[in-house]
Amino acid sequence: MTDHTTPMLEVRGLSKTFGGLAAVREVTTRFERGRISAIIGPNGAGKTTFFNLVSGLHKPSSGHILFDGADVTGLRPDRMAALGMARTFQTTALFDKASVRDNLIVGHRLRTKSTFWDVLLGTPRLHRDERACRDKAEEVLDFVGLSGVADRLAGEISQEERKRVAFALALATEPKIVLLDEPAGGVNPEETVGLAQLIRKMAAAGLTVCLIEHKMDMIMSLADKIIVLDHGEMIAEGPPASVQSNPRVIEAYLGADYVAA
Amino acid sequence: MLDNPLHKRLLLGALLVLALLFPVVAANDYVIYVMALAYIMAIAAVGLNLILGYTGQLNLAHAGFMAVGAYTVGILTVDYGVPYWVAFALAGFVAAALGFLAGVVSLRLKTHYFVIFTLCVGFIMYLVIEKWDWLTHGTVGLIGIPAPTPIPTPFGAIRFDTPVQQYYLVLAFLVLALWVMHRIVRSLLGRAFVAIRNSEDLAEALGIDLMRTKVLAFVLSTFYAGLAGALYAGFVRFLGPAMALESQTFDMVTFILVGGIGTLFGPVLGAVALTWITQSLQFLQDYRMIVFGPLLILLVMYFPQGILGAVNERRAKRAAQAAQAKRAAQSRQQSGRGAQANA
Repeated sequence: MTDHTTPMLEVRGLSKTFGGLAAVREVTTRFERGRISAIIGPNGAGKTTFFNLVSGLHKPSSGHILFDGADVTGLRPDRMAALGMARTFQTTALFDKASVRDNLIVGHRLRTKSTFWDVLLGTPRLHRDERACRDKAEEVLDFVGLSGVADRLAGEISQEERKRVAFALALATEPKIVLLDEPAGGVNPEETVGLAQLIRKMAAAGLTVCLIEHKMDMIMSLADKIIVLDHGEMIAEGPPASVQSNPRVIEAYLGADYVAA
Repeated sequence: MLDNPLHKRLLLGALLVLALLFPVVAANDYVIYVMALAYIMAIAAVGLNLILGYTGQLNLAHAGFMAVGAYTVGILTVDYGVPYWVAFALAGFVAAALGFLAGVVSLRLKTHYFVIFTLCVGFIMYLVIEKWDWLTHGTVGLIGIPAPTPIPTPFGAIRFDTPVQQYYLVLAFLVLALWVMHRIVRSLLGRAFVAIRNSEDLAEALGIDLMRTKVLAFVLSTFYAGLAGALYAGFVRFLGPAMALESQTFDMVTFILVGGIGTLFGPVLGAVALTWITQSLQFLQDYRMIVFGPLLILLVMYFPQGILGAVNERRAKRAAQAAQAKRAAQSRQQSGRGAQANA
């Protein structure tokens, strides 16, 4: 049904209205597999709402969402996660009182099949599943380069490390696509470069990545495609060079001062 | 102090031995009676802690489900002559079945809406017990509930007539209840509960079916409530609608807050400690709140995680520091070796 040319994610006429406010208006676009796409726009443009629609947190008012060729419009977030869509949130909610490793174990749970009865009876399946989750936690920790802080309390690591843990949590679900909402929020420029490298590493491993960010330097060097939202509408999409020089985009977001060197 | 798992096992073993020896050193039957009652409330509190402490949903109808368990045993044995242990075995499931119905409806609501809704559910349960005379005997209550019937064994029958014998029965169920809860909270299922408490949006994004998982936690917690109620019925031997009041649930919430919310033994510590503190303050009668109230305020200010919660936090910090120091030492060793190899 799907082949290498089917986009990993496609939205058609996607709209969401809250009361009288149109947060997202008729957005139609596609995200090709294995590519890094970025969504930019001023605050309140509807970027996070777009993620919420696509990941199933909100039901669209109209429009369709196709994930790896299948119509997934209106599915709940946990169903979307099972299908292979992972996401991070602007505010990284970790269980601060537990270790970093401990935080990651539950990330793989959706791929396990143990039920309450397995727990009660202590079946081999439960032990296999718990082993699998622990192994996965180590694997993703290593991928994001945080094996060194595995035993630290999640509440005591730096902001950049927290962001990496959020990536690791998303990776533990074995996704096909990862939606990153402001992955470099509150992170200094040097660390931002490190996170960008990690994102490239994720794409190199075969993941489709879509991120919302405000840091233009990061995006321009990272993204294969940029989508610009303003007041819920998509006003431009395309490779970084074309978006940078788009007058509508410059007026709405980048500002007349921002000119590609 | 408790970092070493061996130390922890020794401590638990010591506590168990103390609990087993308690009737021997207790001054009189009344003291044993109070302690056993504390254990029953502890079982109910352990159940409430699953939905409240681990899953983060405050169910104020918990006492209502305990009453359901108690009245199941009471009504079946007194009015219908059902053998005690049959009624006892049913109690938890009846409470859990009602818990399922209540949970499926109420867990669609979030945070304070859920709390208020369950407060109403609990009150409705109280009213039903109070008004439905022909089933529950209404305000008159149920009297003459039999003690648990003796269990025949090759070594002679195990009887449950005296307070001491009933104390050991309740203790056995408390240990069993804790053991099962330990399995639950340590498992992937337990982690799913905690993930929901931490952030429902994140838990859902990780593939956790919120409704299903929350309902499961709810049903398990009401099963515990029903079990506690069943033990209560055979122990106290008479029941009134008042046991379903929300004030009873608030008592259990207090046990959890004091002992340690979201910890395994916290509810037990809280139930036992507060039962005895209340007992010893009895001479103050209604004025005991003057002592109690400020104590609770101080506790919430300085130990918001409860006593065991604070202990666990300190332990986790020390464990994290120790592990970090170990890693640092290992990497120093390795780079030392590397430097030597290069020399």
